[in-house]
Amino acid sequence: MPKIKPPVRTPHIDMTPMVDLFSVLLIFLLLTASFRPQEAAVITTPQSVSEKTAPDADLMTIFIAKDGKVYFNIDNGRDTSTHFRSKLLEKIGEQYKIQFTKAEIAKFGTMSSFGLPIKDLKTWLNTKETKEKDKLQTGIPMDSTDNQLAWWVREARLTNVGAEVAIKGDADTDYKLVKKVMDLLQDNKVNKFNLVTNLQKQEVTMKDLPPAAK
Amino acid sequence: MAEIIQEEKGKKGGKRRPKKQSTRIDMTPMVDLMCLLITFFMLTTAFSKAKVMVITMPDKENKDDKDKNQPQIAAFRTLNIILSEGDKVYYYIGMADPKKPPLPMLVKTNFSKDGIRKVLLDKNRDLFTKISEYRDKRVTGKIVVSDTTLDSEIKRMKRDDKKGPIVLIKADEKAKYKDIVNIIDEMAICNIASYAIVDINSVEKDMLKNAPK
Repeated sequence: MPKIKPPVRTPHIDMTPMVDLFSVLLIFLLLTASFRPQEAAVITTPQSVSEKTAPDADLMTIFIAKDGKVYFNIDNGRDTSTHFRSKLLEKIGEQYKIQFTKAEIAKFGTMSSFGLPIKDLKTWLNTKETKEKDKLQTGIPMDSTDNQLAWWVREARLTNVGAEVAIKGDADTDYKLVKKVMDLLQDNKVNKFNLVTNLQKQEVTMKDLPPAAK
Repeated sequence: MAEIIQEEKGKKGGKRRPKKQSTRIDMTPMVDLMCLLITFFMLTTAFSKAKVMVITMPDKENKDDKDKNQPQIAAFRTLNIILSEGDKVYYYIGMADPKKPPLPMLVKTNFSKDGIRKVLLDKNRDLFTKISEYRDKRVTGKIVVSDTTLDSEIKRMKRDDKKGPIVLIKADEKAKYKDIVNIIDEMAICNIASYAIVDINSVEKDMLKNAPK
């Protein structure tokens, strides 16, 4: 009976199936993550300590870029069969007496944010070149004679009654422009806004209290 | 760590044996990498949801109702903040009524820790202490409450507060959007119970002209 057992070699586990599993998981995640559609303008939002997230559906967003251009976006609803965007385009077409073809309405239903006067909508939907499309995006007019943003907001709220409103403004836009948008929204009986911000935590505790004045 | 089992050369009395090479690659680091990649993707898709700051404005009143329904508030509780260009923040305490001179002095400050935050914390000392203590008790585990209870309790404390400042936020024409967002942020940081964004009036515009630059 041997007193000293031969040294036990540690078993080598073959990791190849594990790698296979991980690859499958990774590919699954990559494919199911949907790409965010290209936004109309680059906007750097201001920072805030707020940690609440925006609702991902039933949301209409008003973008305000640094140069004052205003863009608008609305999603198709939590259940995409409600086709809010298509209905909205039809309503706007009726309002402004523009006839949109079924193809144009369908295309609009799949796109995202836009910012152009309504008269340019038909040309924009039919242009194929992205550069041409971007040139047409001059912002939604908000002047008192033809307040198109007001129409978009009003018809969007009538189309999707439960939609919330988000305002994504650039940090350096003039506040008076943002105020104009907020006044417009309040005229449409919207009093609760979600302002899109970047999260930046600030820790303020009782130590930061200034000494009480005697 | 690649394990290459190879016969040692020439140690066995000069006879050359055929070289046997069996390479077995240990896959463990590969698995680590995959783990990291997956975790990264899971977390970044969750983070790409934009964060929002919720503000609720009161209903827009008609110009005629405004004067009739103003509740009487003590002048010393009112803190008026005026935002101007270049991240400048001016404030004054009390009301600015041209019929009751002298007009209060505008004090210039900024958004740093020692700026408007100090003023707000000083005025809101009691409520801020109350809410901080409540939060600390929750963090250290002395009280066990859910997130919703925490929120509603803080709301209740703010509603019942009678001594904190009432902040009126005004912005002049040259203020930027980030100034408004910053000041509303300060309201949240300092746990201010009641604040409102109002329009700047002509009295204050004149005060701004004479304010320290």
